[in-house]
Amino acid sequence: MSKGRFGIHGGQYIPETLMNAVIELEEAYNHYKDDPEFNRELTELLNDYAGRPSRLYYAERMTRDLGGAKIYLKREDLNHTGAHKINNVLGQVLLAKKMGKTRVIAETGAGQHGVATATAAALMDMECEIFMGKEDTERQALNVYRMRLLGAKVHAVTSGTATLKDAVSETMREWTNRIADTHYVLGSVMGPHPFPTIVRDFQAVISKEIRQQLMEKEGRLPDAVLACVGGGSNAIGSFYHFIGNPEVQLIGCEAAGRGVNTAETAATIATGRLGIFHGMKSYFCQDEYGQIAPVYSISAGLDYPGVGPEHAHLYDMGRAQYVPVTDDEAVDAFEYLSRTEGIIPAIESAHAVAYARKLAPTMGKDQIIVVTISGRGDKDCAAIARYRGEDLHE
Amino acid sequence: MSKRVMNKKISDAFANGKAFIPFITCGNPSLDITEQLVYACEEAGADLIELGIPFSDPTAEGPVIQAANMRALAGGATTDRIFAMVERIRQKTDIPMVFMTYANVVFSYGKGTEDFIRKAAEIGMNGLILPDVPFEEKEEFDIPCKKYGLDLISLIAPTSHERIKMIAKEANGFVYCVSSLGVTGTRTEITTDIGAMVKMVKEAKDVPCAVGFGISTPEQAKNMAAQSDGAIVGSAIVKLCAAYGAECVPKVKEYVKSMKDAVREN
Repeated sequence: MSKGRFGIHGGQYIPETLMNAVIELEEAYNHYKDDPEFNRELTELLNDYAGRPSRLYYAERMTRDLGGAKIYLKREDLNHTGAHKINNVLGQVLLAKKMGKTRVIAETGAGQHGVATATAAALMDMECEIFMGKEDTERQALNVYRMRLLGAKVHAVTSGTATLKDAVSETMREWTNRIADTHYVLGSVMGPHPFPTIVRDFQAVISKEIRQQLMEKEGRLPDAVLACVGGGSNAIGSFYHFIGNPEVQLIGCEAAGRGVNTAETAATIATGRLGIFHGMKSYFCQDEYGQIAPVYSISAGLDYPGVGPEHAHLYDMGRAQYVPVTDDEAVDAFEYLSRTEGIIPAIESAHAVAYARKLAPTMGKDQIIVVTISGRGDKDCAAIARYRGEDLHE
Repeated sequence: MSKRVMNKKISDAFANGKAFIPFITCGNPSLDITEQLVYACEEAGADLIELGIPFSDPTAEGPVIQAANMRALAGGATTDRIFAMVERIRQKTDIPMVFMTYANVVFSYGKGTEDFIRKAAEIGMNGLILPDVPFEEKEEFDIPCKKYGLDLISLIAPTSHERIKMIAKEANGFVYCVSSLGVTGTRTEITTDIGAMVKMVKEAKDVPCAVGFGISTPEQAKNMAAQSDGAIVGSAIVKLCAAYGAECVPKVKEYVKSMKDAVREN
């Protein structure tokens, strides 16, 4: 009976009140995903509005500096609104519009998904409300202003730990409250079926392009693809079209916060165990009684106690590996990429850059690593300055 | 364990007219008070008691029960301590009782779901309500429930429509009719056609239906019970516990009595 499984993971663990809504969504998605008109409209939006395809950039100075594998950066930071989030949002809001919905709601962590949703809602003339942990509204105040500027109403969530997981819970609660005219634009490859599949399909454009672009530039597939993982949408998007090529190593970089041996971490695969939360069976940071752990990372976008069910399955199968990256390593990488390549990455993406710095020197010069830069780092500058002891506020 | 009273069945709760079912968050404000609340509710006429095991992220709850969950967890109300409390309660009363909690609390207990369900049945619980486990996901919980003799309670909602028949056919114990859209919490008005929902259930299976979500006044309880087999009240009781803390027992008792009296008028 259960649907949307990735091995043992996934499913639809949600209140009965929402069941017909997710069934309706699944039916609409199955109809529109193969509809030529829907796909023509979406491609036009992705290309003309969001600026796709995003560049695959050869990071020559970084490659030379690290002295190993050739490094390419997949520049999702160059998309409109500054992150990969827009790929999924344009797809989902267009789908919601086709379904006759007039209002969209969404959770956001760092604010990138909220900004992307508010953007698409403005473009497609939908009412928009964003739920964001109160702590995150303070960490990412500028993004709150952006969302308001775009016409969205932003709710600061004070329940629980007032971060991303609570924003997800609150958006789910709001959806049970108002379903008929409202679509929940889930921002990552998580939640109940069909969200992990829908979001993955909309983000898979990343690996589709990497494959094509690298074939053009190098005539071959990469040896490794690296991406940061919170819920895991840019990572699954970067991995998807390589899953069937076992020679391509897939590496997800989790936020270890102050380290996987401390309580202040968000590295789910390193420290979590199997559980059921936010609509899905997957790995979660939790205590011995199944209470969800308050997680920590310098990155508001990776500060989530779970991981998408398809990642949990890729991990179980040994098809992808997941490595923890600490705050310190991510901040170093944030500064490193800024100075070496003149690219300021999102602190989330800096987790993947940090692991590339470790991995590249262990590989041969004839090998290729692709690192997805999921977003740009402008939003993080003030926080990183403070992390380094500067008294800088937005 | 040897002194345990044999508990009555869930069906007994619906055997003498309309039922009143209070919900209590275990450990709010303490497990000792929770134990006293169970006795007080029974004396006040409650027919079945819903014991909430707190969860860190209760996505089906409104602010009142969310806050009660946080307080209970901060006060150390773990699943094992709640089991121990139920063992004490079962030495004194045979009133039917069901646990209300979230899938992960059951799934992550001991070696897993079966450990939780075996233990709950052993200590004399009658059933289990999991608001984040819909019909499509119930099997992994229902199989051990059937094995150990616990009823997995099915929920239906105002959005269930054609799903009601499918759900009711496989329902055990009673059917929990969610009165309104949204999360738990008191409401000034309930607009759903409860009578129609209950009728659809009864056409599929002869199983009691109790209505919950949003009920706080005796008038609402009377009205909801008139269209079903009973009324469930959570947030209004949890609010009293929050307001009166350690002094809440007589207040809750008085409230439950007024609600049971209203339900009885049907």
